[in-house]
Amino acid sequence: MKYLLNVTSLEFFPEKCTGCGRCVDVCPHGVFAMRDKRAMITGKDLCMECGACALNCEFGAIKVDAGVGCAAALINSIITGGPPSCDCGGTTGSDCC
Amino acid sequence: MRYAVEPGLYSLGESGVESDIFVTANYKLSFDILRKSLKGLNAWILVLDTKSINVWCAAGKGTFGTDELVKRVNEAQLDKIVSHKRLIVPQLGAVGVNAMAVQRQTGFRVHFGPVYAKDVPAYVNANYKKSDEMRLVKFTMLDRLILTPMEINPSMKKFPLFALIVLIIFGLQPSGIMFKDAWSGGLPFLGLGLAAIFSGAFITPVFLPFIPFRSFAIKGWITGILAAFTLMRAFEFSLLPAAASYIFFPLASSYIALQFTGSTTFTGMSGVRKELKIALPVYLIFTALSVILLITDKLSQWNVI
Ligand code: SF4
Ligand code: SF4
Repeated sequence: MKYLLNVTSLEFFPEKCTGCGRCVDVCPHGVFAMRDKRAMITGKDLCMECGACALNCEFGAIKVDAGVGCAAALINSIITGGPPSCDCGGTTGSDCC
Repeated sequence: MRYAVEPGLYSLGESGVESDIFVTANYKLSFDILRKSLKGLNAWILVLDTKSINVWCAAGKGTFGTDELVKRVNEAQLDKIVSHKRLIVPQLGAVGVNAMAVQRQTGFRVHFGPVYAKDVPAYVNANYKKSDEMRLVKFTMLDRLILTPMEINPSMKKFPLFALIVLIIFGLQPSGIMFKDAWSGGLPFLGLGLAAIFSGAFITPVFLPFIPFRSFAIKGWITGILAAFTLMRAFEFSLLPAAASYIFFPLASSYIALQFTGSTTFTGMSGVRKELKIALPVYLIFTALSVILLITDKLSQWNVI
């Protein structure tokens, strides 16, 4: 499933890529693929900005403004001025992101 | 905490120095699913303290993360328990776990396993190779259906307040609040309110990919307008309240549908931010407009205007 087009903050710097393949391994949406021993973005609009790729690329070839894509969290951050966090509170909120 | 598992190391079957170590969250469901799918294997399970939140959400918050993993590896003295250096971490944990940092700090190599625990046996059998399929997170109709109570509940909690406001508006007469008027005038609105919750919190999530447009706000508005149209035919409305209803209830449905972005597996922050930037002002302006319409209607009934 694809969300809005051309909004992701995902950036890729191919010159830094060593082709280790970690980004392909961790991305839950198949945004990256390996081509000629280098990573390549093949599905940019599938990116949900989880940040797994950038966190695990040791060579700093990926940058993304990671965060929760959750309306309630973002509205809260607008109201409180704090960072968007998805603390829906309570001990039963275990399924809530 | 009912859903918590004590963090620490657990042994499955006849686990020994060669057995794999699987890492998970201390959310009971995550732990149980992993344990079930490892049935028959001799393995270790290392449970991180994620405040009883599942792996993905906890990784997003950072509780399922590098520091917690390093801490648990050291506390359990894994280097004395096993002879190998492999940690198998669920792939979605990669949002919080920096594999290189863990290796530098503990000597253990992080292998990101399948997204779903049910694929673990196949992954192990394939010599720790993930198929492309095992990497992808899914979001089936059943997944979405299971999530709908969590969408409906918060809206229903706000419903009494909405009902109270509606009943007061309709009951208000120059002579005081008339219960009978409140009921007969307000009832259709309460029905429409429930319909908006149904379309925003149930229909939209369940039929998500089949509703046109990518924006959740628009999806929710579409189902909301359909719900309003269907229900409005059952009531007799004069012009102004009808207009107010057509403006307000589809937007309420839209707002509720937008909340579902918090439960999906594919909506990103930039996208939701973009939606909110447009949608929030629209919600506020048009809610105010529909209130003005209702008040105007009221005043004309009282022959004030
Ligand atoms: S993780 Fe970084 S270095 Fe490795 S393939 Fe991906 S972009 Fe290239
Ligand atoms: S941020 Fe997440 S979804 Fe986007 S490319 Fe990286 S790993 Fe994939």
